[in-house]
Amino acid sequence: MRNFIRFILTYHLFFIFLLFEAISFYLLINYNHHHNQTFINSSNKFAASILKISSSFTDYFSLKRANEDLSRENAYLRTLLPDNSYNINHDIHLTQEVKDSVKYLYRPAKVINNSVNKFHNYITIDKGSKHGIKPEMGIISARGLVGVIRHVSPNYSTAISLLNTQLRISARLRETNHFGSLEWDGTSYQYAILNEIPAHAKVSVGDAVVTSGYSAIFPEEILIGTIEDFNLNKGEGFYMIKVKLSIDFKNITYVEVVEKINGDEQHSLEKLTNHD
Amino acid sequence: MINQLGRYILSYIAIILVQVLILNNLNLGGYINPWLYILFILILPVETPKWLLLIFGFITGLIIDSFLNTIGMHASATVLLAFLRPLFLRFLAPRDGYDPGSLPVPSHFGFAWFLKYAIVSVFTHHLFLFIVEAFTFEHFFVTLWKTILSSIATLLIIMLAQLFSSREKRRI
Repeated sequence: MRNFIRFILTYHLFFIFLLFEAISFYLLINYNHHHNQTFINSSNKFAASILKISSSFTDYFSLKRANEDLSRENAYLRTLLPDNSYNINHDIHLTQEVKDSVKYLYRPAKVINNSVNKFHNYITIDKGSKHGIKPEMGIISARGLVGVIRHVSPNYSTAISLLNTQLRISARLRETNHFGSLEWDGTSYQYAILNEIPAHAKVSVGDAVVTSGYSAIFPEEILIGTIEDFNLNKGEGFYMIKVKLSIDFKNITYVEVVEKINGDEQHSLEKLTNHD
Repeated sequence: MINQLGRYILSYIAIILVQVLILNNLNLGGYINPWLYILFILILPVETPKWLLLIFGFITGLIIDSFLNTIGMHASATVLLAFLRPLFLRFLAPRDGYDPGSLPVPSHFGFAWFLKYAIVSVFTHHLFLFIVEAFTFEHFFVTLWKTILSSIATLLIIMLAQLFSSREKRRI
């Protein structure tokens, strides 16, 4: 026993080191696998408030671009108005009636933190559970798909960016309607890889890649990007397509959080079927 | 002593703020990512107790992690650096050992000595950090390339920061 204690004392530094490394890796792995458990992320009050002050300065640099995006989006929305199914004279409160008559709810938000140069990139936005944001909602901007909400605090949310090797999106080719799965390969922030498009599909450079609408997260036909390059993987019979993302991830400020009304219903129904 | 403590606290806050508000937003070419914050671990006095170094490393790493949503990543790399720092210092020790109260900074041991010390420390920290970030050896050459480019960027900024701080000391 005495020898054991002496051993511990001689190497106590090494044990402290191991302890800290163990805690770090526990946090690292835990954070990647379980949602909603950790509070040390940039939606916590301390980090978020500092980031918000910083973004209140840096926003001025992207005002011009933000204005262009907003006006483009306004134009787009105006074209949709006559077709919109609910009565414009109503107040746009989330009454049951409104909820029944639309498929998706859009909530505007502002990006206050963002990165593009890691394997796992995250985005922090300035809206949280107080504003009705929940985990697993989608984020889009005027120019295309941005990411998926992961953690929510009362005033802020963090989201997995499309530029995160953990995120897979169900996407399809707008021309031919073949669908596949889109993921980021961790190299350039301008490109992602679309897999699982079958070899018999007609693929050409410049075709648009959009969301498939199969998931309970994103609406159909949200632009993701255009085909930059492709090659056929003969052994597997699938194309590997390099997609140029439509969003400049180094420059996103104003985004919209999409909620699919009855998304939970679809989700739980699909879960039930998968269990059979 | 109190004066020195105050200076360390101020430089700690300054280094963290520069890292979080400026350098974290600086993505040069998608690969280059300077991590200036480890400078604080590098410039602590030579006689700093080793366990205190480990604690500082862990806390500093966690603070940086909390801004980047990478809980545990920077903490693990910085703890490793804090653990290895005494070893690096022993390898680089002058022939008759360190004088009491000496700081591992250019104004005490010269620019060339500090550069060697910084290169070894920064490269070790960055290599570990980027391997943990990738969490695989699959993209090893991408990781190595990131490490080398980011190390150069970090070293440049550390040297710039040292120019400022050593000038302050001479004035006193």
